[in-house]
Amino acid sequence: MRILLTVLLFMISVSAAAKGTYLTSEQFVSNTIGTDALKPKMLWLDKTDKDVISDILSHSYNRMRVRYWQKDNQTVWILEEIGKEKPITVGVHINNRMIADLKVLAFRESRGDEVRHEFFTTQFQQATLNEENMLNQHIDGITGATMSVRALTKVARLALWLNKKVQP
Amino acid sequence: MIKKTLIASTLVGLFASNAAMANDETQELRKIIAEQQKVLKALEKRLDETEKKVESTAVQIESTASEKSLFANTSIGGYGELHYNNNDNKKEVDFHRFVLFFGHEFTDNLRFFSELELEHSIAGEGKAGEIELEQAYVEYDINQKASTKLGMFLMPVGILNETHEPPTFFGVERNPVEKNIIPATWWEAGAAFNYRPMGGLSFDAAITSGLNTPTEGSKAYKIRDGRQKVGKANAEDLAFTGRVKYTGIPGLELAATLQYQQDLAQGAAGVDTADATMFEAHGIYQHKAFSLRALYARWDINGDEAQAIGRDEQTGWYVEPSYMFNEKIGAFARYAEYDNNAGNNDETKHKQTSFGINYYLHENVVLKADWEDNSGATDMQGFNLGVGYQF
Repeated sequence: MRILLTVLLFMISVSAAAKGTYLTSEQFVSNTIGTDALKPKMLWLDKTDKDVISDILSHSYNRMRVRYWQKDNQTVWILEEIGKEKPITVGVHINNRMIADLKVLAFRESRGDEVRHEFFTTQFQQATLNEENMLNQHIDGITGATMSVRALTKVARLALWLNKKVQP
Repeated sequence: MIKKTLIASTLVGLFASNAAMANDETQELRKIIAEQQKVLKALEKRLDETEKKVESTAVQIESTASEKSLFANTSIGGYGELHYNNNDNKKEVDFHRFVLFFGHEFTDNLRFFSELELEHSIAGEGKAGEIELEQAYVEYDINQKASTKLGMFLMPVGILNETHEPPTFFGVERNPVEKNIIPATWWEAGAAFNYRPMGGLSFDAAITSGLNTPTEGSKAYKIRDGRQKVGKANAEDLAFTGRVKYTGIPGLELAATLQYQQDLAQGAAGVDTADATMFEAHGIYQHKAFSLRALYARWDINGDEAQAIGRDEQTGWYVEPSYMFNEKIGAFARYAEYDNNAGNNDETKHKQTSFGINYYLHENVVLKADWEDNSGATDMQGFNLGVGYQF
């Protein structure tokens, strides 16, 4: 019993930062394109844009505009997509129409948090968008985290498509 | 001279008057410019205000669109599958499973989850189906790496037992090894603990109610018939389960489960204590469009009665390669063997070879078709069609 209690206390003591939030938007922007680009821009979406976004996400999209940061030919997008039940916040850094970095900033689902680890997210680096708005490279999934994997893949596609809108 | 003076005076007067007029015009222009600057500033201010209004309108519309209702923390989901079986034994259509999930998040680290299932479409006295509560538990996150759940939950074993929504696997019917050996879908009541020391590595431990197999007849000590489904379940003897799972490389899952049951007979009179150990291991590897699943499971059961009928050992395994041609269509092949009487020398082994396709109308809606060829203890061929969904 004492051993069990010790193990339990050890596990409680390894508690990390606030639940589910690993990086703020500002930190991600600062880490990727620097602090001098902290003033965000706004991309307003028309009906045609929303139709394309709905197609990428496989569900309707109710936002009217998307916030982004730009420096030269680099952009940063902070987007959210639901995995199974809760939105996952993802930061995507795009350089020359190619994903330079993708990170999970906040994960709120009770399962599938493997997608926030680097061994998974590094797969998105160098990815571009093809004519069918699909990624040009395959993303290997994680069994038991299918919906979270799917959500991150959709966010990557959406960020690349939005980037194409502001940098045609 | 007078004339010249007169002309000069006239010219000076004219210039002076022109200069005076020009000066007046400049003053006028300055005044106009100043007024226009005021107008511009006013317009700039109005533009700023308009932008602010548009921004706050957008915020309002967006927040209304995703309005937090009283049920914002309550989630509903589900899945279902309709099957048509056409084989040597039967030609049958069956709405095999209709499942609803209900969950509620009390706080960020405390939640409830449940799964209610109607099997075979209609339940009741003498009817084909039954209504089952398969999951109902409260889960608490101790920290980012550890969580615990109390209640009734799916056992941490196999590939399909915890994840069995139709779009997530190939084949109309679930594979016979996990059905008859594990036995999926398998749920018990108790307490479970999950610990994730690093990304991709997870440990599970659970103390739960145990199986209660018949001790006589054709179903004696048959694992699948031991499921009590937590309905006034005999809890004389418990089960202890541990699992280690590794998913640290994208596309790869390796997992092994070990379980000890104190007595499969739950203290039944006149028979030996049938304490039992289950071992299950599986691997899933996905590389690009190719995927491979392989699973092995076995039970070792003590007691003279189980040994006498060869049920002291029950084993099974399968291997299943598959290939997704594109986002919409994929094909699979599977070879499976299982034997609930592996402890005897009789030919009781069931062998099944199957192959088929999944066609995805949507990422969450799938049409399935497969052919199966059963040999060994079962001799039967046929095909199956199915439609499944999840949300």
